[in-house]
Amino acid sequence: MTDSIHDMGGMDGFGKVEPEPNEPPFHQAWEARVLAMQRAMGYAGAWNIDMSRAAQELLPPNVYLSVSYYKRWALGIEHNLLKQGLADAGEIADGRARNSAKPLKRKLTPDAVPAVMTRGSYGRPAQAPARFKPGDRVRAKNIHPRTHTRLPRYVRGHIGTVELVHGCHVFPDTAAVGQGENPQWLYTVVFDGRELWGADADPTIKVSVDAFEPYLETP
Amino acid sequence: MDRRATLRYICPMSTYDHDHGSELSEMQLRVRALESVLAEKGYIDPAALDLIVEEYETRIGPQNGARVVAKAWTDPEFKTRLLVDGSAAVRSLGYENRVGDHLVVVENTDRVHNMVVCTLCSCYPWEMLGLPPVWYKSAPYRSRAVKDPRGVLRDFGISLPQTTEIRVWDSTAETRYLVLPMRPSGTAGLSADELAALVTRDSMIGTGFPKPAERA
Repeated sequence: MTDSIHDMGGMDGFGKVEPEPNEPPFHQAWEARVLAMQRAMGYAGAWNIDMSRAAQELLPPNVYLSVSYYKRWALGIEHNLLKQGLADAGEIADGRARNSAKPLKRKLTPDAVPAVMTRGSYGRPAQAPARFKPGDRVRAKNIHPRTHTRLPRYVRGHIGTVELVHGCHVFPDTAAVGQGENPQWLYTVVFDGRELWGADADPTIKVSVDAFEPYLETP
Repeated sequence: MDRRATLRYICPMSTYDHDHGSELSEMQLRVRALESVLAEKGYIDPAALDLIVEEYETRIGPQNGARVVAKAWTDPEFKTRLLVDGSAAVRSLGYENRVGDHLVVVENTDRVHNMVVCTLCSCYPWEMLGLPPVWYKSAPYRSRAVKDPRGVLRDFGISLPQTTEIRVWDSTAETRYLVLPMRPSGTAGLSADELAALVTRDSMIGTGFPKPAERA
């Protein structure tokens, strides 16, 4: 979902940032298993990274805010298992398989682990020439899709400047809903702090987002 | 749908969960059940999961990014390449091949201070820095970094001159950002290894500075 609680940029009231000295990679053993399951299921082709994000964005705001980070991941995995028909709710609740498995593309075995420890590549051949170039002024569209998007609310409707062109990348808005990679040009667009937060904002602040071409228009 | 699972999904903090105690014990059981069913169905191999966990716990951490930063501080030609194409430059070092294709390195100067956030979730250059700390994934950081970065820096005990431009990079796609902090003064005679020991995780996110030379 697009206008849900995960899109936090610019919200007030969450308090101070509280760094934890000498923080371990995981605070509980189950957190590590959740992360590893997410990687393994991604490798298997059960769902893609955008589907795993989209599943967490479906959590109601009170749930999203009250559970821990890796619990959100676990809830997202459960959601995607149900959605993809890979397990039913009873199986998930009891931890026992009752129905036959659905075939997946492949299975992560120990010898293939190095492959999932390398960051995936999302660059794809261009389908069309880039519409914008560095230095162009662009407006982030005022869009509110009912499904997943990566255009944060706080830039929608605002004018910025294209700074970097990253090539064509997998488009999360379609990949998240199973409508394919649909590669789109990706730009870093930088906004003046006062454009985003008003005339009284700190004039020394600039904020950029990485925006896919369908998010942008000529002002 | 099984009523218990529905309840847990829709309302994880429901009475059902409270019957099982804290989130910790509830999650231990719940995640064990999840792993069991996935293994029984043949979707996952728990031995592969063990290896993934071991990698994150032992081999992936900010030492990777620190070596890249120290190299850039000591090798101007490398630094130029790093700022043009972060992925290619890091791969050329040979020891870090997990970096993928979309690493962008941004340089702090006397004029500009860079800071990285993911307002939508938790995007982070983990192959350079390890898994993101809890604060990076937390609502306070994600909500405020783009609106009040100076206030966030104050939470980290940092104050920048009012003339310094603060540039916040919100990682909203698969591009990943690593901050190249300024080399501390008084480090002219140090080796790359000694310099790497000064580079903190937070200095590569933009919420901290490298350690001063005498604390190496």
